[in-house]
Amino acid sequence: MKIAVLIKYVPEATAAWRFAEDHTLDRDSVDGRLSELDEYAVEQAVRLVEAGSATEISYLTMGPARAVDAVRKALAMGGDRAVHVLDDALHGSDAVGTASVLAAALRRMEFDLVIFGMASTDAEMSVLPVMVADLLRLPAVANAVTLRVDGSALTAERETDDAIEEVVAPLPALVSVTDRSGEARYPSFKGIVAAKKKPVTTWSLSDLEIAPERVGTAGAATEVLAVRPSPPREAGTVIVDEGDAAVRLAEFLAANKLL
Amino acid sequence: MSTILVLVRHDGGTVQKSSLELLTLARRLGDPAAVVHGDVSDALVDALGRHGATTVYAVTPLTPPAYPPVAEALAVAELAARTAPAAVLITSGPLGTEVAARVAVRLDAGIVTDAVQVRAEAGGPVVTQSVFAGTWLVEGRVRRGTPIITVRPNAVTPEPVATPVRPVVERVDLEDPASPAVPRVVARRPKATTGRPELTEATVVVAGGRGVGSAEGFRLIERLADVLGGAVGASRAATDLTWCPHELQIGQTGKTVAPQLYVAGGISGAIQHRAGMQGSRTIVAINKDPKAPIFQIADFGVVGDLHVVLPALIGEIENRRG
Ligand SMILES: Cc1cc2nc3c(=O)[nH]c(=O)nc-3n(C[C@H](O)[C@H](O)[C@H](O)COP(=O)(O)OP(=O)(O)OC[C@H]3O[C@@H](n4cnc5c(N)ncnc54)[C@H](O)[C@@H]3O)c2cc1C
Ligand SMILES: Nc1ncnc2c1ncn2[C@@H]1O[C@H](COP(=O)(O)O)[C@@H](O)[C@H]1O
Repeated sequence: MKIAVLIKYVPEATAAWRFAEDHTLDRDSVDGRLSELDEYAVEQAVRLVEAGSATEISYLTMGPARAVDAVRKALAMGGDRAVHVLDDALHGSDAVGTASVLAAALRRMEFDLVIFGMASTDAEMSVLPVMVADLLRLPAVANAVTLRVDGSALTAERETDDAIEEVVAPLPALVSVTDRSGEARYPSFKGIVAAKKKPVTTWSLSDLEIAPERVGTAGAATEVLAVRPSPPREAGTVIVDEGDAAVRLAEFLAANKLL
Repeated sequence: MSTILVLVRHDGGTVQKSSLELLTLARRLGDPAAVVHGDVSDALVDALGRHGATTVYAVTPLTPPAYPPVAEALAVAELAARTAPAAVLITSGPLGTEVAARVAVRLDAGIVTDAVQVRAEAGGPVVTQSVFAGTWLVEGRVRRGTPIITVRPNAVTPEPVATPVRPVVERVDLEDPASPAVPRVVARRPKATTGRPELTEATVVVAGGRGVGSAEGFRLIERLADVLGGAVGASRAATDLTWCPHELQIGQTGKTVAPQLYVAGGISGAIQHRAGMQGSRTIVAINKDPKAPIFQIADFGVVGDLHVVLPALIGEIENRRG
């Protein structure tokens, strides 16, 4: 059984993010990394191989040249090879555009199961897994907390607000996993060394037979009109408890009609 | 006036508050039409009319029943193709997001998720999003296809219309076109209900973090929530420690809340947590570390031990109420 894992190179969460002139996220001025939420997807794939349920892992990423850092990190955790969709015309792609590119790339890859993270930590849309599933007409389970595969089916558990559901889908299938699916491992030294020798294939838009005007800023179905920092919250009162904090807090709540 | 399609969720006769919010918003953009799945009772139609829906599309469930988000996406995409609405509004959250994503792909239309504000403009609705863990506001617009917009719960206050409308009810029977293989729900274990308000809809949220110290300590958070008539929330640290159920997690990978009052007990205020609560009207924090980042966004902060401050606060509130 072959697995494809979708990974994204994102800015470090703790960095001060900025917008570039064209209203896209300025990815050059901040350090990037493999999205923490995609590490859970990598982890699940590696566990399926370790458990003998899967044989091969290929990664797929679309992103700037530096995204190869994220690919190497994933390969150091495990897996066999990667595809990097790299093309200047992709800059500024929206969700629908990105989904069309990822789907086109997956059509050229071999897989029985596709694993996504639950959301990218920068765009935070949580739409790509189902968009790609819809385009490829694959059954999709979004936000799984556990998963297993046996022969021809995927079984996953997902939490909704009022229940825990067990869901079964025939393979080939697509799943996105949450940050509760199991802690991601740190790459071992051996893994880091091995990752350097694993093949990373680069595909351009012409390899995928996608017209450049369909993607990137030109092809985006959405446009950003303006960006501005959120108004800072006004500094409040901070008191140190000297036995009277509860009374003063209750007074604050009452004064603000919150009691 | 142009139609605004609103995906409505209900439980029998009661329309969910977040759906009433969408109808209220839809009225500012055009003529609201509700898309409803399941039993459409008279009470439900009346409630929708009171909130301005002029049309109710009552979608007959497919037989055999389809996987819910796929069935809803099928209905919304079909109705959008038929009515050419000026926008489609869906509530943010895992289920709504899945429906919206599928509709956007099927219509090859632009999608904007998790709007905190939507306003009418000549060139189509302008959507405001709060991004990068709530540190930036982005205004955007869809420029191709029907705008598919998911809206954060609590972004709008639901308001009935002055004169209720009698909606036209139209039955919609859909055909499942050689549908792609879909997952099947084989087991469903319902969670216990608490009787407390729904987290994303509550006007008061009391949340606990690692500083609560134990599952028993978490009871203090629950007691304060009950005294204030609020919902209980938690940081990921507290849910990971299984001191409370996961669905109470607030933040980047949990829920987004924006209540009138948010009380954080023993929560440091990591960026991923703040992402889910910094839109709250008033923030109160109790933390024994004066350097905890939560104090940077708190309107009222107490540097102290929550095991001392919270019981005293509960007592003080009860006293004041006599
Ligand atoms: C990709 C990703 C997604 C994440 N998503 C989320 C998310 O959705 N939600 C979320 O919450 N976190 C999320 N996190 C985790 C987040 O980074 C923090 O680790 C987490 O929020 C910390 O929880 P905490 O504040 O309860 O714990 P801590 O950071 O350990 O803080 C505990 C606080 O309690 C105080 N304290 C201790 N004892 C007492 C006492 N007796 N009285 C008063 N105060 C006391 C301490 O001073 C401290 O400030 C995510 C992380 C990642 C990497
Ligand atoms: N550029 C990308 N390249 C590869 N995978 C991606 C990319 N963008 C998003 N994904 C995948 O889709 C998931 C959800 O992303 P999003 O819809 O942007 O929140 C991520 O966790 C990744 O697994």
